[in-house]
Amino acid sequence: MPLSRKQIAWRAAQDLEDGIYVNLGIGLPTLVADVLPEGREIVLQSENGVLGVGPAPGANEIDLDLVNAGKQPVTLLTGGSYVHHTDSFLMIRGGHLDLALLGAFEVAENGDLANWTTDDPTFPPGVGGAMDLAVGAKEIRVLLEHNTRSGEPRLRRHCEYPLTAARVVRRIYTDLAVIDVTEDGFVVREMVEDVDFDTLQAKTEAKLHRAPDMKALKAPTV
Amino acid sequence: MIDKRVKGLAEAVDGIKDGAVVLTGGFGGAGSPEALYGALLEQGAKDLTIVNNNAGTGRTGLAGLMDAGRIRKIICSFPRSAGSVVFEELYKAGKIELELVPQGILSERMRCAGAGLGGFFSPVGVGTRLAEGKEEREIDGRRYVLEKPLRGDVALLKADRGDRWGNLTYNKSARNFNPTMAQAAALSIVQIREFCELGEIDPEHIITPGIFVDRMVVVPV
Repeated sequence: MPLSRKQIAWRAAQDLEDGIYVNLGIGLPTLVADVLPEGREIVLQSENGVLGVGPAPGANEIDLDLVNAGKQPVTLLTGGSYVHHTDSFLMIRGGHLDLALLGAFEVAENGDLANWTTDDPTFPPGVGGAMDLAVGAKEIRVLLEHNTRSGEPRLRRHCEYPLTAARVVRRIYTDLAVIDVTEDGFVVREMVEDVDFDTLQAKTEAKLHRAPDMKALKAPTV
Repeated sequence: MIDKRVKGLAEAVDGIKDGAVVLTGGFGGAGSPEALYGALLEQGAKDLTIVNNNAGTGRTGLAGLMDAGRIRKIICSFPRSAGSVVFEELYKAGKIELELVPQGILSERMRCAGAGLGGFFSPVGVGTRLAEGKEEREIDGRRYVLEKPLRGDVALLKADRGDRWGNLTYNKSARNFNPTMAQAAALSIVQIREFCELGEIDPEHIITPGIFVDRMVVVPV
Protein backbone atom coordinates (compact mmCIF):
# COMPACT_ATOMS: atom_id res chain seq x y z
CA MET A 1 0.00 0.00 0.00
CA PRO A 2 1.32 3.48 -0.79
CA LEU A 3 1.72 5.69 2.27
CA SER A 4 -0.89 8.36 2.95
CA ARG A 5 0.28 11.98 3.01
CA LYS A 6 0.31 11.89 6.78
CA GLN A 7 2.35 8.68 6.74
CA ILE A 8 4.92 10.29 4.44
CA ALA A 9 5.18 13.06 7.05
CA TRP A 10 5.46 10.45 9.82
CA ARG A 11 8.33 8.71 8.04
CA ALA A 12 10.21 11.99 7.54
CA ALA A 13 9.63 12.85 11.22
CA GLN A 14 11.33 9.62 12.36
CA ASP A 15 14.66 10.93 11.03
CA LEU A 16 14.57 14.12 13.13
CA GLU A 17 17.08 13.88 15.94
CA ASP A 18 16.78 15.25 19.45
CA GLY A 19 17.84 18.92 19.51
CA ILE A 20 17.51 19.55 15.76
CA TYR A 21 16.35 22.92 14.35
CA VAL A 22 14.05 22.34 11.38
CA ASN A 23 11.99 24.45 9.02
CA LEU A 24 8.83 22.92 7.57
CA GLY A 25 7.73 24.09 4.13
CA ILE A 26 4.08 24.55 3.25
CA GLY A 27 1.93 21.64 2.08
CA LEU A 28 3.05 18.10 2.90
CA PRO A 29 5.94 19.07 5.22
CA THR A 30 3.57 21.04 7.45
CA LEU A 31 1.99 17.72 8.46
CA VAL A 32 5.28 16.70 10.12
CA ALA A 33 4.47 18.99 13.07
CA ASP A 34 1.59 16.72 14.07
CA VAL A 35 3.50 13.41 13.97
CA LEU A 36 6.79 14.21 15.72
CA PRO A 37 8.38 11.34 17.65
CA GLU A 38 7.84 11.60 21.39
CA GLY A 39 10.67 12.10 23.82
CA ARG A 40 12.78 14.31 21.52
CA GLU A 41 13.06 18.09 21.67
CA ILE A 42 12.67 19.14 18.03
CA VAL A 43 12.62 22.90 17.40
CA LEU A 44 10.46 23.84 14.42
CA GLN A 45 11.14 27.18 12.80
CA SER A 46 8.44 28.89 10.77
CA GLU A 47 9.58 31.45 8.20
CA ASN A 48 7.14 34.06 9.49
CA GLY A 49 9.17 34.47 12.66
CA VAL A 50 8.27 31.63 15.01
CA LEU A 51 11.01 29.51 16.60
CA GLY A 52 9.57 26.61 18.56
CA VAL A 53 6.28 25.93 16.75
CA GLY A 54 3.98 23.70 18.81
CA PRO A 55 1.06 21.51 17.78
CA ALA A 56 -2.21 22.79 16.34
CA PRO A 57 -4.32 24.64 18.93
CA GLY A 58 -7.55 23.38 20.42
CA ALA A 59 -10.75 25.04 19.19
CA ASN A 60 -10.76 27.67 21.93
CA GLU A 61 -6.99 28.32 21.86
CA ILE A 62 -6.86 29.67 18.27
CA ASP A 63 -5.00 32.97 17.94
CA LEU A 64 -4.92 34.33 14.38
CA ASP A 65 -1.76 36.27 15.26
CA LEU A 66 0.05 32.94 15.74
CA VAL A 67 0.23 31.08 12.44
CA ASN A 68 2.66 28.90 10.48
CA ALA A 69 4.03 29.36 6.96
CA GLY A 70 0.77 28.03 5.54
CA LYS A 71 -1.17 30.61 7.62
CA GLN A 72 -2.73 27.87 9.75
CA PRO A 73 -3.09 28.56 13.49
CA VAL A 74 -0.37 26.96 15.61
CA THR A 75 0.87 27.18 19.20
CA LEU A 76 4.26 28.07 20.69
CA LEU A 77 6.28 25.60 22.73
CA THR A 78 7.53 26.63 26.15
CA GLY A 79 10.95 28.08 25.33
CA GLY A 80 9.81 29.31 21.93
CA SER A 81 10.32 32.85 20.67
CA TYR A 82 9.24 35.34 18.02
CA VAL A 83 11.45 37.31 15.64
CA HIS A 84 10.70 39.68 12.78
CA HIS A 85 10.95 38.55 9.17
CA THR A 86 14.44 39.85 8.52
CA ASP A 87 15.84 37.90 11.48
CA SER A 88 13.79 34.85 10.56
CA PHE A 89 15.43 34.78 7.14
CA LEU A 90 18.80 35.53 8.67
CA MET A 91 18.32 32.20 10.50
CA ILE A 92 17.29 30.58 7.23
CA ARG A 93 19.97 31.95 4.91
CA GLY A 94 22.76 32.12 7.46
CA GLY A 95 23.14 28.36 7.88
CA HIS A 96 21.57 28.29 11.35
CA LEU A 97 18.95 25.66 10.54
CA ASP A 98 20.04 22.03 10.54
CA LEU A 99 17.40 20.99 8.07
CA ALA A 100 14.55 22.16 5.88
CA LEU A 101 11.79 19.78 4.83
CA LEU A 102 10.25 21.07 1.61
CA GLY A 103 7.55 20.09 -0.82
CA ALA A 104 8.33 19.92 -4.54
CA PHE A 105 6.90 19.56 -8.01
CA GLU A 106 10.03 17.72 -9.17
CA VAL A 107 13.46 16.62 -7.98
CA ALA A 108 16.26 15.64 -10.38
CA GLU A 109 18.79 12.87 -9.82
CA ASN A 110 21.54 15.46 -9.20
CA GLY A 111 19.49 17.06 -6.40
CA ASP A 112 18.00 19.93 -8.45
CA LEU A 113 14.78 21.18 -6.89
CA ALA A 114 11.74 22.66 -8.68
CA ASN A 115 8.90 23.86 -6.48
CA TRP A 116 7.94 27.46 -7.31
CA THR A 117 6.31 27.67 -10.72
CA THR A 118 4.66 25.45 -13.31
CA ASP A 119 4.80 28.23 -15.93
CA ASP A 120 1.03 28.13 -16.30
CA PRO A 121 0.16 31.65 -17.52
CA THR A 122 -3.22 31.53 -15.76
CA PHE A 123 -1.75 30.33 -12.47
CA PRO A 124 0.51 32.88 -10.78
CA PRO A 125 3.90 31.64 -9.53
CA GLY A 126 4.74 31.74 -5.82
CA VAL A 127 8.25 31.42 -4.45
CA GLY A 128 7.66 32.29 -0.78
CA GLY A 129 10.68 31.30 1.28
CA ALA A 130 11.65 28.30 -0.86
CA MET A 131 14.69 29.82 -2.57
CA ASP A 132 16.07 31.21 0.71
CA LEU A 133 15.61 27.84 2.43
CA ALA A 134 17.03 25.83 -0.45
CA VAL A 135 20.39 27.63 -0.32
CA GLY A 136 20.45 28.46 3.38
CA ALA A 137 19.57 25.42 5.49
CA LYS A 138 22.39 22.97 6.16
CA GLU A 139 20.43 20.14 4.58
CA ILE A 140 17.38 19.88 2.33
CA ARG A 141 15.02 16.93 2.27
CA VAL A 142 11.89 16.76 0.16
CA LEU A 143 8.47 15.20 0.80
CA LEU A 144 6.33 14.55 -2.26
CA GLU A 145 4.02 12.06 -3.88
CA HIS A 146 5.99 9.79 -6.17
CA ASN A 147 3.82 10.62 -9.18
CA THR A 148 1.48 13.41 -10.26
CA ARG A 149 -2.27 12.87 -10.27
CA SER A 150 -2.05 11.93 -13.94
CA GLY A 151 0.73 9.43 -13.19
CA GLU A 152 3.72 11.45 -14.44
CA PRO A 153 6.99 10.90 -12.58
CA ARG A 154 8.23 13.64 -10.27
CA LEU A 155 11.68 12.14 -9.81
CA ARG A 156 13.41 13.18 -12.99
CA ARG A 157 16.69 13.00 -14.88
CA HIS A 158 16.35 16.79 -15.27
CA CYS A 159 13.63 19.01 -13.86
CA GLU A 160 11.18 20.19 -16.51
CA TYR A 161 9.94 23.07 -14.39
CA PRO A 162 12.13 26.10 -13.59
CA LEU A 163 14.57 25.45 -10.76
CA THR A 164 14.32 26.70 -7.20
CA ALA A 165 17.95 25.75 -6.55
CA ALA A 166 20.53 23.46 -8.14
CA ARG A 167 21.93 20.32 -6.46
CA VAL A 168 20.52 20.84 -2.99
CA VAL A 169 18.24 17.88 -2.19
CA ARG A 170 19.82 15.07 -0.13
CA ARG A 171 16.86 12.81 0.75
CA ILE A 172 13.38 12.26 -0.64
CA TYR A 173 10.34 10.78 1.13
CA THR A 174 7.51 9.63 -1.15
CA ASP A 175 4.41 7.48 -0.74
CA LEU A 176 6.42 4.57 -2.15
CA ALA A 177 10.02 4.95 -1.05
CA VAL A 178 12.77 6.73 0.85
CA ILE A 179 15.44 7.74 -1.62
CA ASP A 180 18.84 9.35 -1.09
CA VAL A 181 20.39 11.66 -3.66
CA THR A 182 24.02 10.59 -4.05
CA GLU A 183 26.85 11.24 -6.48
CA ASP A 184 25.65 8.15 -8.34
CA GLY A 185 22.06 9.39 -8.49
CA PHE A 186 18.98 8.09 -6.69
CA VAL A 187 19.58 5.29 -4.16
CA VAL A 188 16.49 3.56 -2.75
CA ARG A 189 16.90 3.07 1.02
CA GLU A 190 13.38 1.90 1.74
CA MET A 191 10.47 0.76 -0.40
CA VAL A 192 6.87 -0.16 0.46
CA GLU A 193 6.42 -3.92 0.64
CA ASP A 194 3.83 -4.64 -2.03
CA VAL A 195 5.71 -2.77 -4.79
CA ASP A 196 8.62 -4.46 -6.52
CA PHE A 197 11.73 -2.62 -7.65
CA ASP A 198 10.84 -2.76 -11.36
CA THR A 199 7.46 -1.19 -10.67
CA LEU A 200 9.09 1.55 -8.64
CA GLN A 201 11.56 2.14 -11.48
CA ALA A 202 8.70 2.32 -13.99
CA LYS A 203 7.13 5.09 -11.90
CA THR A 204 10.41 7.03 -11.85
CA GLU A 205 12.04 8.77 -14.81
CA ALA A 206 15.60 8.73 -13.46
CA LYS A 207 17.53 5.52 -12.86
CA LEU A 208 17.14 4.03 -9.39
CA HIS A 209 19.88 2.18 -7.55
CA ARG A 210 19.08 -0.34 -4.85
CA ALA A 211 20.85 0.27 -1.54
CA PRO A 212 22.70 -2.90 -0.44
CA ASP A 213 20.75 -2.83 2.83
CA MET A 214 17.41 -1.71 1.35
CA LYS A 215 14.60 -2.06 3.90
CA ALA A 216 10.82 -2.24 3.83
CA LEU A 217 9.08 1.15 4.19
CA LYS A 218 6.41 0.77 6.84
CA ALA A 219 4.36 3.36 8.65
CA PRO A 220 1.69 2.97 11.30
CA THR A 221 -1.82 4.33 10.89
CA VAL A 222 -1.47 8.01 11.84
CA MET B 1 6.21 67.48 23.04
CA ILE B 2 6.18 64.39 20.87
CA ASP B 3 2.83 62.78 20.21
CA LYS B 4 2.63 60.68 17.06
CA ARG B 5 -1.07 59.95 17.43
CA VAL B 6 -3.34 61.39 14.76
CA LYS B 7 -7.06 62.07 15.19
CA GLY B 8 -8.37 59.26 13.06
CA LEU B 9 -7.86 56.99 10.08
CA ALA B 10 -8.46 59.72 7.50
CA GLU B 11 -5.70 61.87 8.99
CA ALA B 12 -3.46 58.80 9.22
CA VAL B 13 -3.45 58.28 5.45
CA ASP B 14 -3.69 61.95 4.45
CA GLY B 15 -1.31 63.01 1.69
CA ILE B 16 -0.49 59.58 0.24
CA LYS B 17 0.06 60.37 -3.42
CA ASP B 18 -0.90 58.63 -6.64
CA GLY B 19 1.94 56.38 -7.79
CA ALA B 20 3.31 55.87 -4.28
CA VAL B 21 5.26 52.75 -3.29
CA VAL B 22 3.40 51.47 -0.23
CA LEU B 23 4.95 48.83 2.04
CA THR B 24 2.25 46.96 3.93
CA GLY B 25 2.88 44.69 6.90
CA GLY B 26 1.35 41.29 7.50
CA PHE B 27 1.78 37.64 6.64
CA GLY B 28 -1.64 36.69 5.37
CA GLY B 29 -3.96 38.22 7.95
CA ALA B 30 -1.52 38.23 10.88
CA GLY B 31 -0.18 41.74 11.41
CA SER B 32 -2.12 43.15 8.48
CA PRO B 33 -3.20 46.82 8.81
CA GLU B 34 -6.81 46.23 7.75
CA ALA B 35 -8.16 49.56 9.02
CA LEU B 36 -5.46 51.51 7.17
CA TYR B 37 -6.25 49.68 3.91
CA GLY B 38 -9.86 50.76 4.36
CA ALA B 39 -8.76 54.34 4.99
CA LEU B 40 -6.53 54.33 1.90
CA LEU B 41 -9.45 53.12 -0.18
CA GLU B 42 -11.51 56.08 1.07
CA GLN B 43 -8.59 58.46 0.55
CA GLY B 44 -8.48 57.59 -3.14
CA ALA B 45 -4.78 57.34 -4.05
CA LYS B 46 -4.30 55.28 -7.20
CA ASP B 47 -1.61 53.80 -9.45
CA LEU B 48 0.00 52.38 -6.33
CA THR B 49 2.81 49.86 -6.05
CA ILE B 50 2.21 47.61 -3.06
CA VAL B 51 4.93 45.62 -1.32
CA ASN B 52 3.48 42.81 0.80
CA ASN B 53 4.29 39.15 1.32
CA ASN B 54 1.01 38.12 -0.30
CA ALA B 55 -1.63 39.57 -2.60
CA GLY B 56 -4.72 39.77 -0.41
CA THR B 57 -7.66 37.48 0.13
CA GLY B 58 -11.41 37.97 -0.03
CA ARG B 59 -12.63 41.36 -1.24
CA THR B 60 -11.57 43.67 1.57
CA GLY B 61 -8.26 45.05 2.83
CA LEU B 62 -5.48 44.70 0.26
CA ALA B 63 -7.85 42.81 -2.05
CA GLY B 64 -10.36 45.66 -1.71
CA LEU B 65 -7.81 48.21 -2.98
CA MET B 66 -6.95 45.85 -5.81
CA ASP B 67 -10.60 45.29 -6.66
CA ALA B 68 -11.10 49.06 -6.86
CA GLY B 69 -8.32 49.29 -9.46
CA ARG B 70 -5.97 51.31 -7.27
CA ILE B 71 -2.97 49.01 -7.53
CA ARG B 72 -0.80 49.01 -10.62
CA LYS B 73 1.88 46.64 -9.39
CA ILE B 74 2.46 44.24 -6.54
CA ILE B 75 5.88 43.16 -5.28
CA CYS B 76 5.47 40.00 -3.22
CA SER B 77 6.80 36.50 -2.57
CA PHE B 78 3.63 34.43 -2.62
CA PRO B 79 0.55 35.89 -4.34
CA ARG B 80 -1.56 32.72 -4.28
CA SER B 81 -3.49 31.85 -1.15
CA ALA B 82 -6.84 30.29 -0.39
CA GLY B 83 -9.18 33.13 -1.34
CA SER B 84 -6.77 35.32 -3.37
CA VAL B 85 -9.56 35.67 -5.93
CA VAL B 86 -9.18 39.35 -6.82
CA PHE B 87 -5.47 39.07 -7.55
CA GLU B 88 -5.99 35.93 -9.62
CA GLU B 89 -8.71 37.61 -11.73
CA LEU B 90 -6.54 40.67 -12.39
CA TYR B 91 -3.46 38.54 -13.10
CA LYS B 92 -5.28 36.38 -15.64
CA ALA B 93 -6.67 39.49 -17.30
CA GLY B 94 -3.20 41.08 -17.42
CA LYS B 95 -4.43 44.00 -15.34
CA ILE B 96 -1.83 43.91 -12.59
CA GLU B 97 1.95 43.75 -12.71
CA LEU B 98 3.63 41.13 -10.51
CA GLU B 99 7.24 41.26 -9.33
CA LEU B 100 8.01 38.02 -7.52
CA VAL B 101 10.78 38.26 -4.92
CA PRO B 102 11.99 35.44 -2.63
CA GLN B 103 10.58 36.13 0.82
CA GLY B 104 13.84 36.66 2.69
CA ILE B 105 15.18 38.86 -0.11
CA LEU B 106 12.03 40.97 0.06
CA SER B 107 12.60 41.71 3.76
CA GLU B 108 16.40 42.06 3.42
CA ARG B 109 16.02 44.53 0.53
CA MET B 110 13.81 46.67 2.77
CA ARG B 111 16.23 46.31 5.69
CA CYS B 112 18.97 47.47 3.34
CA ALA B 113 16.96 50.58 2.42
CA GLY B 114 16.30 51.30 6.09
CA ALA B 115 19.97 50.82 6.91
CA GLY B 116 21.18 53.24 4.23
CA LEU B 117 22.98 50.59 2.20
CA GLY B 118 23.26 50.38 -1.57
CA GLY B 119 22.57 46.67 -1.89
CA PHE B 120 23.90 43.27 -0.91
CA PHE B 121 25.16 40.08 -2.53
CA SER B 122 22.86 37.10 -2.00
CA PRO B 123 23.14 33.40 -2.89
CA VAL B 124 19.36 33.09 -3.17
CA GLY B 125 18.06 32.20 -6.61
CA VAL B 126 21.50 32.06 -8.25
CA GLY B 127 21.18 30.20 -11.55
CA THR B 128 17.39 30.44 -11.53
CA ARG B 129 15.01 32.60 -13.50
CA LEU B 130 14.50 34.97 -10.56
CA ALA B 131 18.17 35.97 -10.69
CA GLU B 132 18.24 36.63 -14.44
CA GLY B 133 19.66 40.03 -15.33
CA LYS B 134 21.20 40.57 -11.90
CA GLU B 135 24.88 41.36 -11.51
CA GLU B 136 26.68 38.21 -10.37
CA ARG B 137 29.87 37.93 -8.35
CA GLU B 138 31.88 35.07 -6.90
CA ILE B 139 32.99 35.69 -3.31
CA ASP B 140 35.20 33.13 -1.56
CA GLY B 141 34.17 30.49 -4.08
CA ARG B 142 30.40 30.96 -3.83
CA ARG B 143 28.18 32.65 -6.42
CA TYR B 144 26.03 35.61 -5.39
CA VAL B 145 23.76 38.11 -7.13
CA LEU B 146 23.41 41.80 -6.35
CA GLU B 147 20.12 42.72 -4.71
CA LYS B 148 19.15 46.37 -4.49
CA PRO B 149 17.43 48.19 -1.65
CA LEU B 150 13.64 48.45 -1.70
CA ARG B 151 12.40 51.72 -0.28
CA GLY B 152 8.84 52.76 0.43
CA ASP B 153 7.25 56.18 0.15
CA VAL B 154 4.83 55.01 2.80
CA ALA B 155 4.45 52.02 5.12
CA LEU B 156 1.08 50.88 6.49
CA LEU B 157 1.69 48.78 9.59
CA LYS B 158 -0.02 47.05 12.48
CA ALA B 159 1.37 46.82 15.99
CA ASP B 160 0.00 45.75 19.34
CA ARG B 161 0.88 48.49 21.84
CA GLY B 162 2.32 51.93 21.27
CA ASP B 163 3.14 55.04 23.33
CA ARG B 164 3.10 58.68 22.23
CA TRP B 165 6.74 58.52 21.13
CA GLY B 166 5.77 55.77 18.70
CA ASN B 167 7.53 52.96 20.54
CA LEU B 168 5.89 49.69 19.49
CA THR B 169 5.40 46.11 20.56
CA TYR B 170 3.79 43.36 18.50
CA ASN B 171 1.70 40.27 19.16
CA LYS B 172 3.25 36.88 18.37
CA SER B 173 3.77 36.17 14.66
CA ALA B 174 1.89 39.38 13.77
CA ARG B 175 5.32 41.03 14.07
CA ASN B 176 6.56 39.62 10.71
CA PHE B 177 7.45 42.38 8.18
CA ASN B 178 6.21 45.31 10.29
CA PRO B 179 9.46 46.30 12.08
CA THR B 180 11.56 46.19 8.90
CA MET B 181 8.98 48.13 6.88
CA ALA B 182 8.85 50.81 9.58
CA GLN B 183 12.56 51.38 8.93
CA ALA B 184 12.31 51.32 5.13
CA ALA B 185 9.62 53.92 4.40
CA ALA B 186 9.81 57.71 4.31
CA LEU B 187 6.45 57.86 6.13
CA SER B 188 5.50 55.07 8.55
CA ILE B 189 1.86 54.89 9.59
CA VAL B 190 0.87 52.39 12.26
CA GLN B 191 -2.45 51.16 13.58
CA ILE B 192 -2.00 50.08 17.18
CA ARG B 193 -4.40 48.00 19.26
CA GLU B 194 -3.72 49.75 22.52
CA PHE B 195 -2.25 53.08 23.56
CA CYS B 196 0.10 53.14 26.56
CA GLU B 197 1.51 55.96 28.64
CA LEU B 198 5.16 56.78 28.06
CA GLY B 199 7.21 54.46 30.25
CA GLU B 200 4.55 51.79 30.47
CA ILE B 201 6.32 49.59 27.93
CA ASP B 202 9.49 48.11 29.40
CA PRO B 203 12.33 49.55 27.27
CA GLU B 204 13.71 46.00 26.98
CA HIS B 205 10.45 44.97 25.28
CA ILE B 206 10.22 47.74 22.67
CA ILE B 207 10.64 46.10 19.25
CA THR B 208 10.27 49.21 17.08
CA PRO B 209 11.66 52.40 18.67
CA GLY B 210 9.64 55.52 17.90
CA ILE B 211 12.28 57.01 15.61
CA PHE B 212 10.92 54.71 12.86
CA VAL B 213 7.29 55.78 13.36
CA ASP B 214 5.60 58.93 12.03
CA ARG B 215 1.87 58.53 12.57
CA MET B 216 -0.10 56.31 14.90
CA VAL B 217 -3.81 55.62 15.15
CA VAL B 218 -5.55 53.48 17.75
CA VAL B 219 -7.76 50.73 16.29
CA PRO B 220 -8.76 48.44 19.16
CA VAL B 221 -8.96 45.10 17.33
